[in-house]
Amino acid sequence: MDLSLSDKHRALQDEVRVFIREHGHKSPKLGGGRKRPDQKALDWQKLLVDHGYVARTIPREYGGFGAELDVMEAAVIAAEFAAAGIYAGLTNQGISMLVPTLLEVGTEAQKQQWIEKTIRGDVIWCQGYSEPGAGSDLASLTTRGVLQDGHFVINGQKIWTSSAHYADMMFLLCRTEPDRPKHEGISYLLLSMRTPGIEVRPLRTMTGRAEFNEVFFTDVRVPEDQIVLGRGKGWYVANVTLKHERSMIGSAEKMTTRLEQLITLLKANGLLGMAEFRDRLLRLQGEVIAWKAHNLRLLTEAAQGVDSGVKRMIIKYGGTMLGFRLASLAVDALGTEGLPFESAGEDAEDDDATTWNIDYLYDVGLMIGGGSTNIQKNIISERGLDLPREPKVARA
Amino acid sequence: MEFALSEEQRLFADSLRGLLADRVPIEALRRHAEIGSGFDAELWDSLTELGLPGLLVPERFGGAGLGVLDAAVAAEVLGGAAAFAPFAGSVVMATLAFVHGATEELQAAWLPRIATGEVRFGVGFSQNGGHVKAAIDAGAPTHLLVYLPDGNAAIIAAEDASLHMHRSIDRARPVADLTFDDAHAVLLNAANSPLAAMQRVLDAGRVVLAADTLGAAQHMFDQALAFVKQRVQFNRVIGSFQAVKHQFADMVTMLEPCRAMVWYAAYAQDALPDEARLTALQTKAHLGDVGRDIARMATEAHGGMGFTDLLGLHYWFKRISFNRQMLGGPEHCREEAARLQGWTT
Repeated sequence: MDLSLSDKHRALQDEVRVFIREHGHKSPKLGGGRKRPDQKALDWQKLLVDHGYVARTIPREYGGFGAELDVMEAAVIAAEFAAAGIYAGLTNQGISMLVPTLLEVGTEAQKQQWIEKTIRGDVIWCQGYSEPGAGSDLASLTTRGVLQDGHFVINGQKIWTSSAHYADMMFLLCRTEPDRPKHEGISYLLLSMRTPGIEVRPLRTMTGRAEFNEVFFTDVRVPEDQIVLGRGKGWYVANVTLKHERSMIGSAEKMTTRLEQLITLLKANGLLGMAEFRDRLLRLQGEVIAWKAHNLRLLTEAAQGVDSGVKRMIIKYGGTMLGFRLASLAVDALGTEGLPFESAGEDAEDDDATTWNIDYLYDVGLMIGGGSTNIQKNIISERGLDLPREPKVARA
Repeated sequence: MEFALSEEQRLFADSLRGLLADRVPIEALRRHAEIGSGFDAELWDSLTELGLPGLLVPERFGGAGLGVLDAAVAAEVLGGAAAFAPFAGSVVMATLAFVHGATEELQAAWLPRIATGEVRFGVGFSQNGGHVKAAIDAGAPTHLLVYLPDGNAAIIAAEDASLHMHRSIDRARPVADLTFDDAHAVLLNAANSPLAAMQRVLDAGRVVLAADTLGAAQHMFDQALAFVKQRVQFNRVIGSFQAVKHQFADMVTMLEPCRAMVWYAAYAQDALPDEARLTALQTKAHLGDVGRDIARMATEAHGGMGFTDLLGLHYWFKRISFNRQMLGGPEHCREEAARLQGWTT
């Protein structure tokens, strides 16, 4: 056990601190908005890419910083940004899911064409996975892709498509081999959102914002070479992405930041003198300490190349619940003062009350999206604890 | 940075686990719960051979010179076996009381005897002169370590004090009220800041009790998980029911971060002075709460058998319940954490 940083990591920490001192004022505000990055966010992103604070391990030929993979470096950077309350760069599905997937299974042309633009924020992607009839059971998706004269012709519907209303591109799962078993009949395609036949209908959520969309496809033609890996390989490609799940690194930083903001809020509102509020804060502080330590443990195991198993599988469920409880205490601390919050709009920075309220609402969505809480519990118990899987019900 | 146990720590835990599996089968636990002294001479000799009493004693005094993290690793194993051996008070707190509060001469006189297992301490905190309520590890001590309100401590031979023993919820571990009157005492008063030294000792005890709870809770969880994988009802193993699976998902989501929390708090006692107090208080509080939840759910998962004496799972339930109250329950610890941070007066 040694929590001190090596010389190399201490040097990086110093470097990041200097960077934050010099450039921190250019950072966009944290939290709240789920919207197309504005110019300020894009400028910030490019600055971070150039310094290697995001896309650090992406090879230079694809516009990244080209550093060796070192999870501890990523953790040092994340910790410094969190401690300073500075925006740590864009987190979107193109960066977190598509880029690592292309790096592993994309063609050279696909890597050249998309990775640099994506990490710099110049191309925004959306993920065409879920359908009205295929949520938790994603592999039962029915959007069709039929190959005709060099194009896949897409018909069907996607839902819960974050950022489709402003995205430039989509990575899509569709059924191209209807005669194959369900997991083997899916392909992974890249397509422009400007292709004729795509209709995007915003889906307003309980936050009051249109964070999601429905996307309708009517004879949408996608050139054959925009497939990743090959026909029927889509389920495999989608699962490649899961190996790159990095939520574990960001999650503890987010909790720490939220807890600090919460302490400030309760102090400012004079609520630490109320035992009920104080006790809730203290309990959450204890859980955040545990969560941070757990993340250090996962980080060490990742650096050692150890599969953390169930310790990693609990992150999504445990993290979203803890996040929601932190936001809940903030909303309660605001009390009636926080009720008349008003979003300044999709493109403006919100005040604190609005940010807490949006987080509070949005966190409910986080529990559902990307594998709902109940699915997470199945994963934890079946894959993590080796309890028997659900019996399969025969098709009628 | 490496947040993991060392090879040596893992090997030590393995050999301790092996020894206890051998020496503390459920029959021994049952037998010992009838006696209820919290001490068994044969087991103590075996633990001494392994070097457990001298774990924290500096090497120049015949110990292993290890830290609170090593003690927490050992405590997790002891809790996992519900082993009846004085440790948190008698070994950890007493050793640290000498290390942080005694002169070199007193250290040289006493620490080697701790390391050989020859002296064992009941530990308590005196509110008013000659009375101590609910001392820990006071079932069969050779001596008593009594903290005074000013943060200095007195060592008193057990025969010079009157010990009033209470069987506790944990039948294997009693609590004792102590009374002494003009007893001959050796004073540990060499600390520059006696109250701070006392806090360090108390916090280390809290972390070690939290580690003990972690081990006991993990044991109950493991037993319950094994049970639901083999118990059949409605022609299915009950672990295939989603309600049961989800309860286990909840348990592991609560429990697994506790291990990292205990490691962190234990490491902080030795290496992160700025975080030592807060993490000790929060870890003692959090493990008290999680321990209780796991103890309840693991018992429930066993159905009626979980409630019987026959299965013996209740020894761990009671160990967790005992640890929760000892050296400050969650409510007391959190309130102290609030004062520490200036959140209340």
